[in-house]
Amino acid sequence: MIRAAIAVASALLVAFIVLPLAGLVLHLEPRAFAAALATPSARNALRLSVVTTALSLGLTVAFGTPLAYALARGRFPGRRVVDAVVDLPIVVPPAVAGLALLLVFGRNGTLGPALHALGITLSFSTAAVVMAQVFVASPFYVRAARGGFTTVDRTLEAASETLGMGPLRTFAYVTVPLAAPALLGGLVLSWARALGEFGATIMFAGNLTGISQTLPLAVYLDLESGDVAGATALAVTLVALSLAIVIAVRALARD
Amino acid sequence: MLRVAVDKQLRDFTFSVRVEVPDGVTAIVGASGSGKTTLLRLIAGLLRPDSGTVELTGRSLSNGRAFVPPFRRDIGFVFADYALFPHLSVAQNVGYGLRARRYPAGARRRRVRALLERFEIGSLGGEHPNELSSGQRQRVALARALAFEPKALLLDEPLSALDPQTRDRVRDELRAILAELTIPTLLVTHDEADRAAFSERVLRLSAGRIVQDGP
Repeated sequence: MIRAAIAVASALLVAFIVLPLAGLVLHLEPRAFAAALATPSARNALRLSVVTTALSLGLTVAFGTPLAYALARGRFPGRRVVDAVVDLPIVVPPAVAGLALLLVFGRNGTLGPALHALGITLSFSTAAVVMAQVFVASPFYVRAARGGFTTVDRTLEAASETLGMGPLRTFAYVTVPLAAPALLGGLVLSWARALGEFGATIMFAGNLTGISQTLPLAVYLDLESGDVAGATALAVTLVALSLAIVIAVRALARD
Repeated sequence: MLRVAVDKQLRDFTFSVRVEVPDGVTAIVGASGSGKTTLLRLIAGLLRPDSGTVELTGRSLSNGRAFVPPFRRDIGFVFADYALFPHLSVAQNVGYGLRARRYPAGARRRRVRALLERFEIGSLGGEHPNELSSGQRQRVALARALAFEPKALLLDEPLSALDPQTRDRVRDELRAILAELTIPTLLVTHDEADRAAFSERVLRLSAGRIVQDGP
């Protein structure tokens, strides 16, 4: 009885997830797919999504790894507060994040005049897309990395140091390889979140072809303008990209 | 000669030890929590003393002004659970200290092979630690700690992870290996048979102080 209930509940949820995704593919007409992807705006969106998510992922790793390590190992005042703050973007609605970014970094925002004096305009630029992605996606990486670092046996790091490796090389040769599954998992989640970023991007970076129109924004614009076939083609591309990365990383992590 | 004169405030007591360790094996005994491992960690540089000095063959490792970090001390450490790197092969574990010292790959391979032969684990170089018996793990840990020719050797309960049958055999092997060394060697144990086997000199620790120093 209970097992049957578990089976039914599981099957319903899995079906609910699979059905819409399958529907996307079923709606796809191969010729329309190729044509839709060949348009300049689709190519621009695809290129922009690949470039900006690569940049935001790089920034997330560069700044998020030390932060995650400090949260896992450091004992400093306010660590719990920092820990909570880092998780905030996960629960803040993306549109709110976009508005917040605009109010601080926008032309008329808090830092706007200072940035303008330096000749920097961030809002409605490609940089704004990357900023929005880092804001909403980096917590996924930091959380996973923090957990990964916490599980690494500190005796192994001590052993590495007694054998002659300094702290940085110990980190590279012992800590990172042992935390690698968690780091990779965090990277995938963070990258997927950045790739799908919509709300904060459209608020802070706008929807400008070639500048801030990433794949999700292009899907939205196509649908708005009645081009269902175009929207579907881009949507399937998004899903395929995500799926490819997830499968690749899982294969890597198994080795 | 290893000279230790250190103080450190711990949670339950003040650790305060003054001792000279000549070449050869000196056993450290004492109840759990008496500060045996703390002494090893202070000597290795994994813990920083509040005050005092650590000196190894005339070189000051720790005094009021300077503190040499563990990776510059050239002191071999065999941890209680061996602390082998699970993601590295046996050969990579043993060669780790040579890699740290940037030995060329060829010289490193030759030295590792010689060590594996000497410790009779020559066929295990490609295995990973989780594929080894606890006796084999102990040998890998010892080979790894000796590979870079340390100026002192610290062993924290090197036999405690072994079952009683292998323990007697491994104890004899370890005794033979340690007898060949000409460096100050400190061996922590809580087992009287081990203590008797390894060393004529015994330091007994209690609440962070040496309460007995003798045979």
